[in-house]
Amino acid sequence: MNQPMIRVRDLRKSFPARRVLDGVSFDVARGEAFVIIGGSGSGKSVTLKCILGLMKPDAGEIMIDGMATRPADAGLMARFGMLFQGGALFDSLAVWENVAFRQIHTGAMTRAHARDSACETLGLVGLGEDVADLLPAELSGGMMKRVALARAISARPDIVFLDEPTTGLDPIMADVINDLIVSVSRRLGITTISITHDMASARKVADRIAMLHDGRLVWQGNAADIDRSGSAHVDQFINGRAEGPISMSVLRP
Amino acid sequence: MNPLASIGATFLAFLAAAGRIVLFAALGLASSVTPPWHVRNIARQFIDIGYYSLPVVGLTAIFTGMVLALQSYTGFSRFEAEGAIAGIVVLSVTRELGPVLAGLMVAGRVGAAMAAEIGTMRVTEQIDALLTLQASPRRYLVAPRLIAATLILPVLVLVADVIGVLGGYLVSIHKLGFNPSAYLASTIDILEPIDVISGLVKAAVFGFLIALTGCYHGWHSRRGAQGVGQATTLAVVSGSILILTFNYIVTEIFFSR
Repeated sequence: MNQPMIRVRDLRKSFPARRVLDGVSFDVARGEAFVIIGGSGSGKSVTLKCILGLMKPDAGEIMIDGMATRPADAGLMARFGMLFQGGALFDSLAVWENVAFRQIHTGAMTRAHARDSACETLGLVGLGEDVADLLPAELSGGMMKRVALARAISARPDIVFLDEPTTGLDPIMADVINDLIVSVSRRLGITTISITHDMASARKVADRIAMLHDGRLVWQGNAADIDRSGSAHVDQFINGRAEGPISMSVLRP
Repeated sequence: MNPLASIGATFLAFLAAAGRIVLFAALGLASSVTPPWHVRNIARQFIDIGYYSLPVVGLTAIFTGMVLALQSYTGFSRFEAEGAIAGIVVLSVTRELGPVLAGLMVAGRVGAAMAAEIGTMRVTEQIDALLTLQASPRRYLVAPRLIAATLILPVLVLVADVIGVLGGYLVSIHKLGFNPSAYLASTIDILEPIDVISGLVKAAVFGFLIALTGCYHGWHSRRGAQGVGQATTLAVVSGSILILTFNYIVTEIFFSR
């Protein structure tokens, strides 16, 4: 039976000031790279945090591998990896301790083994052993993203969530990170959900793309079909036009 | 808004805030007294709170003891009661000034640093990252600070007691011309174990309160530099007020008979 790895049904979430998610539904197949695109404030991060269990949705159903999720479920967290937008590396720990944090913390490995394992994972994202003992503050933006990616995949999770993986990087480094995401997730057979507003990243990384606007998915389909989506919202977004159905609340001169 | 409604809303907000901090304290305490413990983090906090606070606490204590001896002498000489100075210094330092001043200095130094560190971790999603890496942020961040501050403050205060009494001794002997052995004998005669013990209990309570307010305000820090800055200020202000409030409560418990 082809049970989806992630099933989201009618997800709803509101904050006192506004409704953020208004009935979002999608499936992600095992091993698939699913990318959610959308403008700032469209609900992408909230969707990701609800699936991860960092935020409790008001309504809706989230199933991981056929099992309903609960907020901050430690058992499910063991199957997840997460790359945060700003890296969220722990400042006081060396790079290798960041990468091997889960293994050390859960007692899965001794510190010596965890260091070897961290260096191996750093190799997967193109970083040498020489960075293992550096502190996060000593890294460049691109290196920080790679270390964050290494931490996300270090425990060989089933699902990796990527929050704006290329934000703040120059186009070349962004492409390097995209290539790494594709190669590492394929090599390890990981299912990925990324959220981004970087269309170059979405096109490179995604098997399937969904577009979120005003808390609803306005389109989802194969990445190859995005240029002929038939959706005015998607066309406006991927072509970066100011005119169209998506209106930004800015004052016109 | 109706003035009565405004007073009511303020009162309800105060109760809600009090409830939140009590709940935070209860959850932090539960994480502190049950395994697993993050020994490395606890050790790091012992060093940060205890070792690095020694200079500031020591300096505060020595000058407090010196001023106390000088002020007592100038005041008590009016009643020809200069002989009470040794007792005044040792009782004031051990019962009150040692724990309160050490507590306030540590609240300024450590409480602010805790709020800033945890607040920054909150706004940079490091606390969320801990959850995704199967670590409980309360056990990893809050419990080590509560444990270390509660256990190390009494040690700091014991050091402050000794240095404070030494400050009074130095001024009394070298400036006021007291007899050293008579001064020391008078100090030892008047001092009872309860005087030191009450100060150390206060220190443990103050240590808990400093870590609690530092962690609480950092944990609930709002986004941005302004949010973290505000959390730092709130940690120091509320920590200091709680120290002074609980100073009275603990004194009442020990010495109300």
